[in-house]
Formats: sequence, structure tokens, C-alpha cells
Amino acid sequence: MLTLDNIDQLLFGLYIFVLATFVGYQVISRVPPLLHTPLMSGTNAISGISLVGSMVAAGSNHRLSQILGVVAVACASINVIGGFMITDRMLKMFKKRGPGGAK
Amino acid sequence: MSLPTAVTSAAAHAVQTGAPFAEKLSNFTYLVASVLFILCLRGLSGPETARRGLFFGELGMFLAVVGTLLKVGVEFGWVVQTYTLITVGIVIGGIIGTAISLKLPMTKMPERIAFSHAFGGLATALVGVAEHSKGISNWENPLTHHVEQLSGFKMGALGFESFLGFLTFTGSIMAFGKLQGLISGAPVTFKGQNYVNIGLFIASILALGYCAFAPDLSTVPVFYAICATGLALGVMAVLPIGGADMPVVISLLNSYAGLAACATGFALNQNILIIAGALDGSSGLLLSLLMSKAMNRSFANVLFGAFGTDTQNAALTTTASKPFNEATVDEAAEVLKAAQSVIVVPGYGMAVSQAQHAVRDLANQLEKNGCEVRYAIHPVAGRMPGHMNVLLAEANVSYDRLFDLDDINDDFARTDVVLIVGANDVVNPAAKTDPKSPIYGMPVFNVELAKAVLVLKRSMNPGFSGVENELFFFPNTTMVLGDAKKTLSGMVSAVKDEGGGHGH
Repeated sequence: MLTLDNIDQLLFGLYIFVLATFVGYQVISRVPPLLHTPLMSGTNAISGISLVGSMVAAGSNHRLSQILGVVAVACASINVIGGFMITDRMLKMFKKRGPGGAK
Repeated sequence: MSLPTAVTSAAAHAVQTGAPFAEKLSNFTYLVASVLFILCLRGLSGPETARRGLFFGELGMFLAVVGTLLKVGVEFGWVVQTYTLITVGIVIGGIIGTAISLKLPMTKMPERIAFSHAFGGLATALVGVAEHSKGISNWENPLTHHVEQLSGFKMGALGFESFLGFLTFTGSIMAFGKLQGLISGAPVTFKGQNYVNIGLFIASILALGYCAFAPDLSTVPVFYAICATGLALGVMAVLPIGGADMPVVISLLNSYAGLAACATGFALNQNILIIAGALDGSSGLLLSLLMSKAMNRSFANVLFGAFGTDTQNAALTTTASKPFNEATVDEAAEVLKAAQSVIVVPGYGMAVSQAQHAVRDLANQLEKNGCEVRYAIHPVAGRMPGHMNVLLAEANVSYDRLFDLDDINDDFARTDVVLIVGANDVVNPAAKTDPKSPIYGMPVFNVELAKAVLVLKRSMNPGFSGVENELFFFPNTTMVLGDAKKTLSGMVSAVKDEGGGHGH
């Protein structure tokens, strides 16, 4: 059953969720359209934080959790490692040159 | 690479100082990581600070991983066994991730983003199923029956996480398929589709509530039914959405992936997951709102709209009969050579024919002749937010030459030539003049106010959205039909040859 303890946990989580969403919204609304693709690929790398949950599952002592966990760790790592690398590759390309600058 | 050392040093550390300290340290690294994630996003507010910001994000993720290695050790023992599978997973994922990000051409960015949302969704969904089955096995086993109860709260959070994760997984695969051309980009609809989707969604939420309020073994099939519904809904929700609406869909899937990570945080009682997930979720939400606004359409309309299906046939018949100006590459190059100011309006067509380098070559040539070249970037040009900016940056176009809709729209009237490279809806004057047009009200570039408009287009067929574009039949518009890249290369040599004679 849902107990009072659970509800406290839920409320505490919601506090964090709401505040983080506000911070996120404020910070991200300052990102110019120029960088919207790097933003998307960067936040995608950050959402690879599900790596944390995946590692807990893969490191557990329960067989099915381990199997699902290792697949999840691999998926999340693709996003984290690949995501940060490709975002950096993209950001490196954004350069400013003087007027009429040659290539 | 540094992972095995991190593992062993963390383990050795904890053996010396005891598990409680390791757990506190782990929570502390999570706190620092959360702050670093916010700083990462703040860095992205400008191209000068973006790379430093990204470094903060990488550092945050590294700390989060170290913190989790500590946590796992506390919970499951400081033995090699605990870390074997984690290491295997990270190495496999790292190799795949590295290979993709090094090899991938920039034109494939929308596909890669869609694909990574699929991975993110799958990871959270699998964690949900894993945690659920672990909790269930504790129920079934009389020895652990009272050890770790799967509370209703956790059950609900896990169900929501898995539902959203699976939905994101299949939805992103569908989006990937549409972008890659594996599945028809056109909206696929059947009667009552929206009612079925909404009905399934509500049923899943109700089923989740049932699992949360009465978590016992009888809810196990319900949990798996919710997972299956998530998988099905992902497919059915993206199928009816057309290719031109992909920027909104990709942003929305980004948001879902974030929310799924949030739900994991609720289930595992880990604030870092809630914070990082919320940052991702709000970013996706904000982008989808911006994209919807840039198309003057409501969220609901994008999700349930099946854009352009009614007008497609009508548009095809009317365009065939009207007269339009057509020019050869050399004739068009003459027009460009005489221009003092040019604005390039790129669209998805530029990405398709990979013409960004040719665009840059032409712009360099024109600038050598003393012409001012700027680029007008519409928020929904291409298949994801910022798509055109990335392609032009790849082609070495200085980012201070790229202008947003609001910043450049008043300048078209003072411009000699507008060069449209594979853009369609974003330059369609019907959005301003024809209330019957499906894109009426969408903010578009005032390209028709320029002295001359050159449109590079594959053929006279209407674009992806199937909406007729009157601009192509205006007296000051000239069509240059054919592959954009070839046309542009032709123009470069034409401008170069004759530019030398008359130039400065």
C-alpha cells in the first residue's frame, strides 16, 4: 500500500523535480537557437544519467537484473560517452571569423 | 580507460574507511555532479562558453559514475564480481558510442539524436523491469519476504519509468526510421487513431494506479501489460506525424527520455536522477514549445494533427498548370554576380543534398566580389532544432553570419538576391496571406520583398508537407531546378570565371 512514508518520499522527490525543472527552464531559455542542436545532444548525454540506475541493476546479485542491467549500462554509456564526444565535436565547429574571412 | 583504477581505488578506500563513509561520499559526489550539470547547460548560452560548459557536464558525469561505483560497493559488496558486468557494459557502450560519434557525418545528426533517445529510453525501461523483478523475487522468496518490500510508491514509479522508457524507445526508433527513409515520412493514419492512442494512454495510467495501490503478485502481469502498451504506443504515436514535424517530435522524445530518467530517480530514491532528468525534460519541453510556436501550431495539433494529408492532392494538381520562371545555372549566376547583398535561406533540401560546403564556396566567391552574404535560419528549418546552424558551422561559415527569423526578417526588402537552398514552408507567403493554407499563421521569411528570389529545388513537386508554395510562381522568383549541390558548384565556377574580369 501507499503509506505516509511513501508520500513524504514522493513529496520530497517532487520538490526536487519542480525546482530542477524551473532551473532547467530558466537556464535553457537563454540558449540561442544557434546552439539548439548541441543543446539537444548535450542534454541527451546528461540524460545518460540513467547509467546510475543501470549500474545499480548490473551490480546487483539478482540474475535477471544483472542481464537487463548490463544491456542498460551499455545503452546509457553509448549516450554518455558518444553524446559528450559528438557534442564537443559539434561545438568545435562553431567559429567566428572577421568580415569576409576566407576559409 | 581509467575505470579499472577508479574501481579498485574506490574499493580499497571503502575497505579502509568503512561503508558508511563511502555512502556519504557517494551522495556528496552526486550533489557536485548535479551542480556541474546545471553549469554545463548554462555554458551553452553562448558559443564562446559552450565547450567549457560541456566539460563541466563531462566532469559531472564522471563524478556520478564514481559515486555510483561507491554505492554499488556498499550495497552488494566490494568484490570483483559486483563490478564485472558494469565494466563490460561501459566498455561495450563506450566503444559503440565512440565509433558513432567519430564516424558520423553532421548531416546525420537528427538520425543520431533520435537513435540516442531510443537507447536512453531502453536503458531506463530495462532498469525499471530489472528493479521490478528484483522486488518481486523478494516477495516470492520467504526468506527475503520482509527484507525489501516493493512499496506501492516504488511500484508506481517503476511502472511509469518502464512505460515512458519503452514508449520513448519505440517512438524514437520510428522517428529514426522516418528520418532515415526506412518508413514512409508521410503521416500514416487510420480512423479513430487518436481515440485509440488516448484510450491506451489513460488505461495505462489507471493500471499504474492499480499497481501502486495494491502491489502484490497479482499485479505482475499488469506491470508487463503496461510495458507492452508503452512499446505499442511509441509506434502508434509517431506513425501519424509527418516528416516536417520531426523537430517537434524529436524535442518531445528528448523530454520523455528525461522524464523517464526522473521516474527512475523516484523509484530508486536518487535525487541526481531526478535533477538530471528534469534538466533534460525541461530542455526537451522548451524546444518543443519553441518549435510548435515557430510553426504556429499547438502541441496537440502536432501530436494529433497528421499534417497536410488533405491538401496534398489538391496542391499537386494546381502546381502543374501554372507558369513559372526557370533559369539555367549560368543565368542564375549572372544574377548573383550583379548582387551587392545576398541572403541564403537554407532548408532540409540542403541537408539532403549535403550542399552546405557548396553554399560556403559560393558565399566565399561572392564575398570576394564585394557582395555581403548572410544566412537566414528558420527555427524549424531541417529536421531538428538548430539543424542548419550545425551544417553551416561544419562548412566553416562564421556563426555571426547566421541570423534568426526576427533578426533578419526586416532586411529582405533591402536585399538584392535571396538564394533559397531546399527550403519550402519557411518561405511560403501563403502563411501570411491565405487563411485556408494549413500553415497559415506560421512566421515565415519575407523573401518575396527582395529584388530577386532564386529557388534551388529538385523539382516542382510540393515539399514534404505537401503544401503548395505560391512563391515559386511570383514574377521576381526564378527557379533553378536540379540537385542543389551540383547547381551551387556550377554557380561557383560561373561566378569565378567571369568575376575575375569585372571584379575589384
